Amino acid sequence: MGGVETPTASLLEAKSDLFEFLLRMGDNTLILGHRVSEWCGHAPVLEEDIALANTALDLIGQTQMWLGLAGEVEGQGRSADDLAFLRDVWDFRNLLLVEQPNGDFGQTILRQFLFDAWHVEMLTRLTDSSDARIAAIAGKAVKEASYHVERSGDTVIGLGDGTEESHARMQAALDRLWPYLGEMFQGDAVDEAMAGAGIAPAPEALQTPVMERIEAVLAEATLTIPETRHAQSGGKTGTRHSEHLGHLLTQMQWLQRAYPGATW
Amino acid sequence: MSNEWPLWEVFIRGQHGISHRHVGSLHAPDAEMAMKNARDVYTRRNEGVSIWVVEARHIAASSPSDKGPLYEPSQSKVYRHPSFFDIPDEAGHM
Repeated sequence: MGGVETPTASLLEAKSDLFEFLLRMGDNTLILGHRVSEWCGHAPVLEEDIALANTALDLIGQTQMWLGLAGEVEGQGRSADDLAFLRDVWDFRNLLLVEQPNGDFGQTILRQFLFDAWHVEMLTRLTDSSDARIAAIAGKAVKEASYHVERSGDTVIGLGDGTEESHARMQAALDRLWPYLGEMFQGDAVDEAMAGAGIAPAPEALQTPVMERIEAVLAEATLTIPETRHAQSGGKTGTRHSEHLGHLLTQMQWLQRAYPGATW
Repeated sequence: MSNEWPLWEVFIRGQHGISHRHVGSLHAPDAEMAMKNARDVYTRRNEGVSIWVVEARHIAASSPSDKGPLYEPSQSKVYRHPSFFDIPDEAGHM
Protein backbone atom coordinates (compact mmCIF):
# COMPACT_ATOMS: atom_id res chain seq x y z
CA MET A 1 0.00 0.00 0.00
CA GLY A 2 3.08 2.23 -0.28
CA GLY A 3 2.35 5.77 -1.43
CA VAL A 4 -1.40 5.67 -0.79
CA GLU A 5 -2.35 8.16 1.87
CA THR A 6 -5.30 7.47 4.07
CA PRO A 7 -6.77 10.26 6.18
CA THR A 8 -5.65 10.01 9.75
CA ALA A 9 -8.22 9.81 12.51
CA SER A 10 -7.40 13.34 13.67
CA LEU A 11 -7.91 14.76 10.18
CA LEU A 12 -11.30 13.07 9.93
CA GLU A 13 -12.24 14.45 13.32
CA ALA A 14 -11.19 17.97 12.32
CA LYS A 15 -13.36 17.66 9.22
CA SER A 16 -16.39 16.52 11.18
CA ASP A 17 -15.90 19.33 13.73
CA LEU A 18 -15.84 21.85 10.90
CA PHE A 19 -18.95 20.28 9.35
CA GLU A 20 -20.69 20.50 12.72
CA PHE A 21 -19.71 24.15 13.13
CA LEU A 22 -20.99 25.05 9.66
CA LEU A 23 -24.28 23.29 10.35
CA ARG A 24 -24.67 25.40 13.49
CA MET A 25 -24.16 28.62 11.52
CA GLY A 26 -26.40 27.53 8.66
CA ASP A 27 -29.16 26.03 10.80
CA ASN A 28 -29.40 29.22 12.88
CA THR A 29 -30.02 31.34 9.80
CA LEU A 30 -32.25 28.71 8.16
CA ILE A 31 -34.58 28.22 11.10
CA LEU A 32 -34.76 31.90 12.02
CA GLY A 33 -35.18 32.82 8.34
CA HIS A 34 -38.10 30.43 8.09
CA ARG A 35 -39.64 31.72 11.31
CA VAL A 36 -39.41 35.33 10.15
CA SER A 37 -40.83 34.40 6.74
CA GLU A 38 -43.97 33.18 8.52
CA TRP A 39 -44.84 36.87 8.97
CA CYS A 40 -44.97 37.49 5.22
CA GLY A 41 -48.40 38.98 4.53
CA HIS A 42 -49.31 39.12 8.23
CA ALA A 43 -47.18 41.90 9.73
CA PRO A 44 -49.01 44.75 11.49
CA VAL A 45 -48.05 47.33 8.87
CA LEU A 46 -46.93 47.08 5.26
CA GLU A 47 -43.51 48.60 5.93
CA GLU A 48 -42.75 46.00 8.61
CA ASP A 49 -44.03 43.23 6.39
CA ILE A 50 -41.53 44.11 3.69
CA ALA A 51 -38.72 44.69 6.18
CA LEU A 52 -39.30 41.30 7.82
CA ALA A 53 -39.40 39.58 4.45
CA ASN A 54 -36.10 41.26 3.56
CA THR A 55 -34.56 39.99 6.80
CA ALA A 56 -35.86 36.47 6.18
CA LEU A 57 -34.43 36.49 2.67
CA ASP A 58 -31.06 37.73 3.93
CA LEU A 59 -30.97 34.86 6.42
CA ILE A 60 -31.97 32.24 3.84
CA GLY A 61 -29.29 33.61 1.51
CA GLN A 62 -26.70 33.20 4.25
CA THR A 63 -28.00 29.68 4.84
CA GLN A 64 -27.24 28.75 1.24
CA MET A 65 -23.63 29.78 1.78
CA TRP A 66 -23.17 28.07 5.16
CA LEU A 67 -24.92 24.82 4.29
CA GLY A 68 -23.38 24.82 0.81
CA LEU A 69 -19.95 24.92 2.40
CA ALA A 70 -21.01 22.34 5.00
CA GLY A 71 -21.96 19.91 2.22
CA GLU A 72 -18.65 20.58 0.49
CA VAL A 73 -16.69 19.96 3.68
CA GLU A 74 -18.64 16.79 4.42
CA GLY A 75 -17.76 15.44 0.98
CA GLN A 76 -20.76 13.11 0.71
CA GLY A 77 -22.35 14.99 -2.18
CA ARG A 78 -25.07 16.64 -0.09
CA SER A 79 -26.17 20.10 -1.28
CA ALA A 80 -27.47 22.99 0.82
CA ASP A 81 -31.00 21.96 -0.22
CA ASP A 82 -30.38 18.35 0.85
CA LEU A 83 -29.22 19.53 4.25
CA ALA A 84 -32.15 21.92 4.66
CA PHE A 85 -34.94 19.65 3.50
CA LEU A 86 -33.80 16.08 4.11
CA ARG A 87 -32.78 16.15 7.75
CA ASP A 88 -35.00 15.60 10.77
CA VAL A 89 -35.16 17.39 14.13
CA TRP A 90 -32.26 15.60 15.82
CA ASP A 91 -29.89 16.51 12.97
CA PHE A 92 -30.46 20.25 13.35
CA ARG A 93 -27.84 22.32 15.19
CA ASN A 94 -29.57 25.69 15.64
CA LEU A 95 -29.86 27.55 18.92
CA LEU A 96 -33.12 26.90 20.77
CA LEU A 97 -33.81 30.65 20.64
CA VAL A 98 -34.37 30.76 16.89
CA GLU A 99 -36.88 27.90 16.79
CA GLN A 100 -39.15 29.55 19.39
CA PRO A 101 -42.56 30.52 17.98
CA ASN A 102 -43.14 34.02 16.64
CA GLY A 103 -45.70 34.92 19.30
CA ASP A 104 -46.83 38.50 18.84
CA PHE A 105 -44.87 41.03 16.82
CA GLY A 106 -42.99 42.16 19.94
CA GLN A 107 -41.80 38.64 20.72
CA THR A 108 -40.62 38.20 17.13
CA ILE A 109 -38.70 41.46 17.21
CA LEU A 110 -37.14 40.75 20.59
CA ARG A 111 -36.05 37.27 19.46
CA GLN A 112 -34.59 38.90 16.36
CA PHE A 113 -32.69 41.48 18.38
CA LEU A 114 -31.23 38.91 20.80
CA PHE A 115 -30.07 36.82 17.86
CA ASP A 116 -28.81 39.81 15.84
CA ALA A 117 -26.75 41.08 18.78
CA TRP A 118 -24.93 37.73 18.93
CA HIS A 119 -24.87 37.23 15.17
CA VAL A 120 -23.21 40.51 14.28
CA GLU A 121 -20.48 39.95 16.88
CA MET A 122 -19.91 36.38 15.73
CA LEU A 123 -19.75 37.34 12.05
CA THR A 124 -17.41 40.24 12.77
CA ARG A 125 -14.98 37.82 14.44
CA LEU A 126 -15.42 35.28 11.63
CA THR A 127 -14.19 37.79 9.05
CA ASP A 128 -10.76 37.06 10.58
CA SER A 129 -11.22 33.28 10.36
CA SER A 130 -8.18 31.21 9.41
CA ASP A 131 -10.49 29.51 6.89
CA ALA A 132 -10.73 31.86 3.90
CA ARG A 133 -14.10 30.46 2.80
CA ILE A 134 -15.62 31.20 6.20
CA ALA A 135 -14.08 34.68 6.28
CA ALA A 136 -15.60 35.40 2.86
CA ILE A 137 -19.11 34.29 3.87
CA ALA A 138 -18.87 36.29 7.09
CA GLY A 139 -17.70 39.36 5.19
CA LYS A 140 -20.85 39.32 3.09
CA ALA A 141 -23.22 38.37 5.91
CA VAL A 142 -21.93 40.87 8.47
CA LYS A 143 -23.20 43.82 6.40
CA GLU A 144 -26.69 42.36 6.45
CA ALA A 145 -26.49 41.53 10.16
CA SER A 146 -25.31 45.07 10.98
CA TYR A 147 -28.48 46.45 9.47
CA HIS A 148 -30.64 43.78 11.13
CA VAL A 149 -29.36 44.60 14.61
CA GLU A 150 -29.82 48.32 14.09
CA ARG A 151 -33.38 47.85 12.93
CA SER A 152 -34.41 45.27 15.53
CA GLY A 153 -32.66 47.21 18.33
CA ASP A 154 -34.44 50.46 17.41
CA THR A 155 -37.77 48.65 17.27
CA VAL A 156 -37.21 47.02 20.66
CA ILE A 157 -36.53 50.49 22.08
CA GLY A 158 -39.56 51.98 20.34
CA LEU A 159 -41.91 49.30 21.64
CA GLY A 160 -40.35 48.89 25.10
CA ASP A 161 -40.36 52.63 25.72
CA GLY A 162 -43.71 53.01 23.95
CA THR A 163 -47.25 52.68 25.23
CA GLU A 164 -48.27 50.83 28.37
CA GLU A 165 -49.43 47.91 26.26
CA SER A 166 -46.37 47.69 24.02
CA HIS A 167 -44.12 47.89 27.09
CA ALA A 168 -46.01 45.08 28.82
CA ARG A 169 -45.82 42.89 25.72
CA MET A 170 -42.09 43.48 25.32
CA GLN A 171 -41.46 42.70 28.98
CA ALA A 172 -43.45 39.46 28.64
CA ALA A 173 -41.42 38.55 25.55
CA LEU A 174 -38.18 39.25 27.39
CA ASP A 175 -39.23 37.13 30.38
CA ARG A 176 -40.09 34.30 28.01
CA LEU A 177 -37.00 34.42 25.81
CA TRP A 178 -34.33 35.27 28.36
CA PRO A 179 -33.56 31.64 29.33
CA TYR A 180 -32.62 30.94 25.70
CA LEU A 181 -29.83 33.50 25.69
CA GLY A 182 -27.25 31.49 27.63
CA GLU A 183 -26.88 28.78 24.99
CA MET A 184 -25.12 31.27 22.71
CA PHE A 185 -22.18 31.46 25.07
CA GLN A 186 -21.80 27.77 25.99
CA GLY A 187 -18.85 26.10 24.31
CA ASP A 188 -18.27 22.41 23.73
CA ALA A 189 -15.59 20.23 22.12
CA VAL A 190 -16.52 21.42 18.62
CA ASP A 191 -16.14 25.04 19.66
CA GLU A 192 -12.80 24.28 21.30
CA ALA A 193 -11.56 22.67 18.10
CA MET A 194 -12.71 25.68 16.06
CA ALA A 195 -11.10 28.17 18.44
CA GLY A 196 -7.92 26.11 18.58
CA ALA A 197 -7.61 26.17 14.80
CA GLY A 198 -8.34 29.89 14.63
CA ILE A 199 -11.47 29.18 12.61
CA ALA A 200 -14.02 30.70 14.99
CA PRO A 201 -14.05 32.49 18.34
CA ALA A 202 -14.85 30.57 21.51
CA PRO A 203 -18.54 31.22 22.33
CA GLU A 204 -17.59 32.38 25.81
CA ALA A 205 -15.47 35.18 24.31
CA LEU A 206 -18.57 36.75 22.75
CA GLN A 207 -20.50 37.04 25.99
CA THR A 208 -19.19 40.38 27.24
CA PRO A 209 -19.56 42.41 24.03
CA VAL A 210 -22.91 40.83 23.14
CA MET A 211 -24.37 41.32 26.61
CA GLU A 212 -23.16 44.92 26.69
CA ARG A 213 -25.08 45.65 23.52
CA ILE A 214 -28.18 43.81 24.73
CA GLU A 215 -28.18 45.46 28.14
CA ALA A 216 -27.74 48.93 26.63
CA VAL A 217 -30.72 48.47 24.32
CA LEU A 218 -32.92 46.92 27.02
CA ALA A 219 -32.09 49.80 29.38
CA GLU A 220 -33.07 52.34 26.74
CA ALA A 221 -36.22 50.29 26.11
CA THR A 222 -37.01 50.61 29.87
CA LEU A 223 -37.25 46.81 30.11
CA THR A 224 -36.22 44.86 33.20
CA ILE A 225 -33.76 42.02 32.78
CA PRO A 226 -35.17 38.87 34.43
CA GLU A 227 -33.44 37.62 37.57
CA THR A 228 -33.19 34.02 36.43
CA ARG A 229 -29.77 32.60 35.66
CA HIS A 230 -31.28 29.44 34.19
CA ALA A 231 -30.17 28.72 30.63
CA GLN A 232 -31.91 26.28 28.29
CA SER A 233 -29.56 24.25 26.16
CA GLY A 234 -29.50 21.35 23.71
CA GLY A 235 -30.21 23.13 20.41
CA LYS A 236 -26.73 23.61 19.00
CA THR A 237 -25.75 20.07 19.99
CA GLY A 238 -29.03 18.67 18.67
CA THR A 239 -29.59 16.72 21.88
CA ARG A 240 -32.72 18.50 23.08
CA HIS A 241 -34.65 20.65 20.65
CA SER A 242 -37.94 22.11 21.79
CA GLU A 243 -41.20 20.65 20.46
CA HIS A 244 -41.53 23.68 18.17
CA LEU A 245 -38.79 22.65 15.75
CA GLY A 246 -40.61 19.51 14.58
CA HIS A 247 -43.72 21.52 13.76
CA LEU A 248 -41.64 24.09 11.89
CA LEU A 249 -39.99 21.36 9.82
CA THR A 250 -43.31 19.82 8.81
CA GLN A 251 -44.16 23.19 7.23
CA MET A 252 -40.73 23.90 5.78
CA GLN A 253 -40.08 20.39 4.44
CA TRP A 254 -43.60 19.33 3.46
CA LEU A 255 -42.97 19.46 -0.27
CA GLN A 256 -39.93 17.18 -0.15
CA ARG A 257 -41.78 14.89 2.25
CA ALA A 258 -44.87 14.67 0.01
CA TYR A 259 -42.97 14.60 -3.29
CA PRO A 260 -39.51 13.20 -2.58
CA GLY A 261 -36.89 14.46 -5.00
CA ALA A 262 -39.20 17.07 -6.56
CA THR A 263 -37.31 19.85 -8.36
CA TRP A 264 -38.26 23.03 -10.19
CA MET B 1 -54.84 61.53 18.99
CA SER B 2 -54.42 59.47 15.86
CA ASN B 3 -52.95 55.98 16.11
CA GLU B 4 -51.61 56.22 12.58
CA TRP B 5 -47.92 56.85 12.07
CA PRO B 6 -47.29 60.03 10.09
CA LEU B 7 -46.83 59.88 6.33
CA TRP B 8 -43.36 60.43 4.87
CA GLU B 9 -42.38 61.17 1.30
CA VAL B 10 -39.32 59.31 0.05
CA PHE B 11 -36.69 60.58 -2.37
CA ILE B 12 -33.94 58.34 -3.72
CA ARG B 13 -30.78 59.22 -5.61
CA GLY B 14 -30.10 56.42 -8.05
CA GLN B 15 -26.46 57.20 -8.64
CA HIS B 16 -23.90 59.84 -7.84
CA GLY B 17 -24.31 63.05 -9.80
CA ILE B 18 -28.05 62.53 -10.37
CA SER B 19 -30.60 64.40 -8.27
CA HIS B 20 -32.93 62.72 -5.79
CA ARG B 21 -36.28 61.68 -7.25
CA HIS B 22 -39.57 61.18 -5.51
CA VAL B 23 -40.27 57.45 -5.44
CA GLY B 24 -43.26 57.12 -3.15
CA SER B 25 -44.39 57.40 0.43
CA LEU B 26 -44.64 55.33 3.59
CA HIS B 27 -45.64 55.48 7.24
CA ALA B 28 -43.15 55.58 10.11
CA PRO B 29 -43.10 56.81 13.73
CA ASP B 30 -40.01 59.00 13.29
CA ALA B 31 -37.37 60.08 10.77
CA GLU B 32 -34.96 57.28 11.64
CA MET B 33 -37.56 54.57 11.13
CA ALA B 34 -38.77 56.34 7.99
CA MET B 35 -35.22 56.08 6.65
CA LYS B 36 -35.03 52.39 7.54
CA ASN B 37 -38.46 51.68 6.04
CA ALA B 38 -37.46 53.57 2.90
CA ARG B 39 -34.36 51.39 2.68
CA ASP B 40 -36.45 48.26 3.02
CA VAL B 41 -39.34 49.27 0.79
CA TYR B 42 -37.66 51.30 -1.97
CA THR B 43 -34.03 50.14 -2.30
CA ARG B 44 -34.33 46.36 -2.18
CA ARG B 45 -33.41 46.05 -5.85
CA ASN B 46 -30.29 48.15 -5.61
CA GLU B 47 -32.07 51.36 -6.64
CA GLY B 48 -30.19 53.90 -4.61
CA VAL B 49 -27.08 55.45 -3.13
CA SER B 50 -28.83 58.08 -1.03
CA ILE B 51 -32.21 58.48 0.65
CA TRP B 52 -34.10 61.60 1.72
CA VAL B 53 -37.29 61.37 3.75
CA VAL B 54 -39.51 64.29 4.63
CA GLU B 55 -42.70 64.25 6.60
CA ALA B 56 -45.49 64.90 4.12
CA ARG B 57 -47.04 67.68 6.23
CA HIS B 58 -43.88 69.74 5.72
CA ILE B 59 -44.35 69.85 1.98
CA ALA B 60 -46.23 72.89 0.71
CA ALA B 61 -48.07 72.01 -2.48
CA SER B 62 -49.79 74.10 -5.12
CA SER B 63 -53.52 73.75 -5.41
CA PRO B 64 -54.93 72.00 -8.50
CA SER B 65 -57.70 74.60 -8.68
CA ASP B 66 -55.10 77.34 -9.21
CA LYS B 67 -53.75 75.76 -12.35
CA GLY B 68 -55.26 78.43 -14.61
CA PRO B 69 -53.49 81.45 -13.13
CA LEU B 70 -50.37 79.45 -12.27
CA TYR B 71 -49.56 77.64 -15.49
CA GLU B 72 -51.64 78.82 -18.41
CA PRO B 73 -49.89 82.19 -18.84
CA SER B 74 -46.65 80.43 -19.70
CA GLN B 75 -48.23 78.39 -22.47
CA SER B 76 -48.25 81.32 -24.93
CA LYS B 77 -44.70 82.51 -24.26
CA VAL B 78 -42.79 80.54 -26.80
CA TYR B 79 -39.92 83.07 -26.69
CA ARG B 80 -38.99 81.75 -23.27
CA HIS B 81 -37.74 78.53 -24.81
CA PRO B 82 -34.14 78.69 -25.99
CA SER B 83 -35.15 77.16 -29.29
CA PHE B 84 -34.08 80.03 -31.57
CA PHE B 85 -30.37 79.29 -31.38
CA ASP B 86 -28.29 77.05 -33.57
CA ILE B 87 -26.28 74.86 -31.23
CA PRO B 88 -22.83 73.99 -32.57
CA ASP B 89 -22.26 70.26 -32.89
CA GLU B 90 -19.19 70.53 -30.65
CA ALA B 91 -21.43 71.56 -27.76
CA GLY B 92 -22.85 68.06 -27.68
CA HIS B 93 -26.02 67.09 -25.89
CA MET B 94 -27.63 69.93 -23.93
